[in-house]
Amino acid sequence: MSGHAIPDTLLDVQALDKRFGGLHVTRNVSFQLRAGDRLALIGPNGAGKTTLVNQISGVLEPSAGQIWLRGADVTRTSQAQRVRAGLARTFQITTLAPHFAVQRQIELALFEREGLTGRLWRSIDGYPALQAEAQDILARFGLQAHAATATQDLAYGEQRLIEMALALALRPKVLLLDEPMAGVPKGDGARLLAALDALPGDLAVLIIEHDMDLVFRFANRIVVLAEGAVLADGSPDEIRRDPRVRAAYLGA
Amino acid sequence: MNHPTMTHPVQAAVAVAMPLQPAQSAPRCAPPWRAPLLLLVAGLAACAAFPDQLGLITRIFITGLFVLSLDLVVGVAGLATLGHAALFGLGAYAAGIFALHAHADPLLGLGVGIVAGALTALVSGAFLLRYQGFTFLMLTVAVSQIVLSLVQKARNWTGGDDGLSGFAMAPLLGRFAFDLEGKVAAVYSLVVLVLLFYVAQRIVQSPFGLAVRGIHENRARMAALGTPVFRRLWLLYTVAGALAGAAGALSAQTNAVVGTDSLSFALSAEALVMLILGGAGQLTGALVGATVFTLLHHTAASINPYHWLFVVGGLLMLVVLVPPAKAWAWLRQRAGGVR
Repeated sequence: MSGHAIPDTLLDVQALDKRFGGLHVTRNVSFQLRAGDRLALIGPNGAGKTTLVNQISGVLEPSAGQIWLRGADVTRTSQAQRVRAGLARTFQITTLAPHFAVQRQIELALFEREGLTGRLWRSIDGYPALQAEAQDILARFGLQAHAATATQDLAYGEQRLIEMALALALRPKVLLLDEPMAGVPKGDGARLLAALDALPGDLAVLIIEHDMDLVFRFANRIVVLAEGAVLADGSPDEIRRDPRVRAAYLGA
Repeated sequence: MNHPTMTHPVQAAVAVAMPLQPAQSAPRCAPPWRAPLLLLVAGLAACAAFPDQLGLITRIFITGLFVLSLDLVVGVAGLATLGHAALFGLGAYAAGIFALHAHADPLLGLGVGIVAGALTALVSGAFLLRYQGFTFLMLTVAVSQIVLSLVQKARNWTGGDDGLSGFAMAPLLGRFAFDLEGKVAAVYSLVVLVLLFYVAQRIVQSPFGLAVRGIHENRARMAALGTPVFRRLWLLYTVAGALAGAAGALSAQTNAVVGTDSLSFALSAEALVMLILGGAGQLTGALVGATVFTLLHHTAASINPYHWLFVVGGLLMLVVLVPPAKAWAWLRQRAGGVR
């Protein structure tokens, strides 16, 4: 499977390898994402899932291997360049501007998407179209009542929604979701689940998630990671039946 | 597959999950001209009320501009620096040398000071801004010490430890000569401060300013949104350098002398104290802090020249340890329980 020739492959991870000194955290990982894919990356704690997402998004540089995004090699490019090429991510640990009003937070993503943050003079209140779009995004996530609320004053689950709203505001082609439900109490995540179900159909999504009910409901493909290497890669049914996965991870 | 493609799929899905709430009114910025206009009125009033204190008032204006520049770096971008005097001092020396060897016009000299400050920030920032936190702080100290020793060595140009003097400014706009009372110097400094305060307000309220504040709040978030973090900070640092250079030039022109104290660690540290005293990140706080500190310095030093730092130390502790909300509540109570 050497993949970037396939036309609708949006993300192509090829033989990715990462070492921290003597620690080998990513071992020869390869997979592709096409438009519309819902790929779940699962594995026990410490399997290297977040490290992998950090390499794909450009936070970490891989020791070896390549990352292709929409037909271009982005292995050595900055995070900013990857975002411009259509890659967006969320964080397992909520990563927001805590003192910003919620709407400002969304506007910031829009300014960035439109390449406006190099502009020094016109007030941020002078972009009514972007303001309207930010309000629209807030409304879509049921957060319109909090437009002027400081982000840190929102309930935790609502902050998780903003993580996702920010990523979607960038209008990505590839979306990496690092445990979007992390820390949200069960039964409290209705809006998050609704948002997950309603992601645009042509978006390529990679999701890291520990809740197996959610994984098997959401994903059409599952990659199992163990000790930095791909243990199994297949449809949810194949993964469910795979004896190695059952032994290593599902524990049943 | 179970991925519906409606126009607003999330909206439809969320509408089921929860009832629609009324929209909260959008956050808005204060008009950027309001605070500078207030400053202009207050500044002119101070000049009219205390005509025999114009020297002190001018010093407050210039210090205010310097601390304003520091606030862009510390309060807005979140980069703690103890080397800001390098930008101020080189602006001062550039303006002084320009007046001595090239041209005595104050506005041209101001321009030279602004360019010198901006260039210093541009060059040093290219190196400094690759670091964060404590490393950045220590490197700013190192860079400003290197600049200081270079200025001391370049005796032919700077006068070394004796300072740079012997230049006189031509009349402002060819019409207003710098008088002995210091009227022209005070109004000139005030107008430059007000204009640059307005510029700083605009920049902080621009998309660029929002991105820089975002970097202060959360660097990882901004990088994930696609912000070129280094480039944004570099430009902000250069703008701050221009403002600090302007303050240095004003200082050189209104005092007709530039000393190595304009590059000193003490000046960097004092400016940081003023900023924290007034409150970082709001720009107006920088002006309040500079005013309070300079007035305190002036009055306390005339009562007891050795112990005025006592007062400053005590005040700083109060500001750092007592949260503003608590202080307000206390004040309101003292004022007679006004709701």
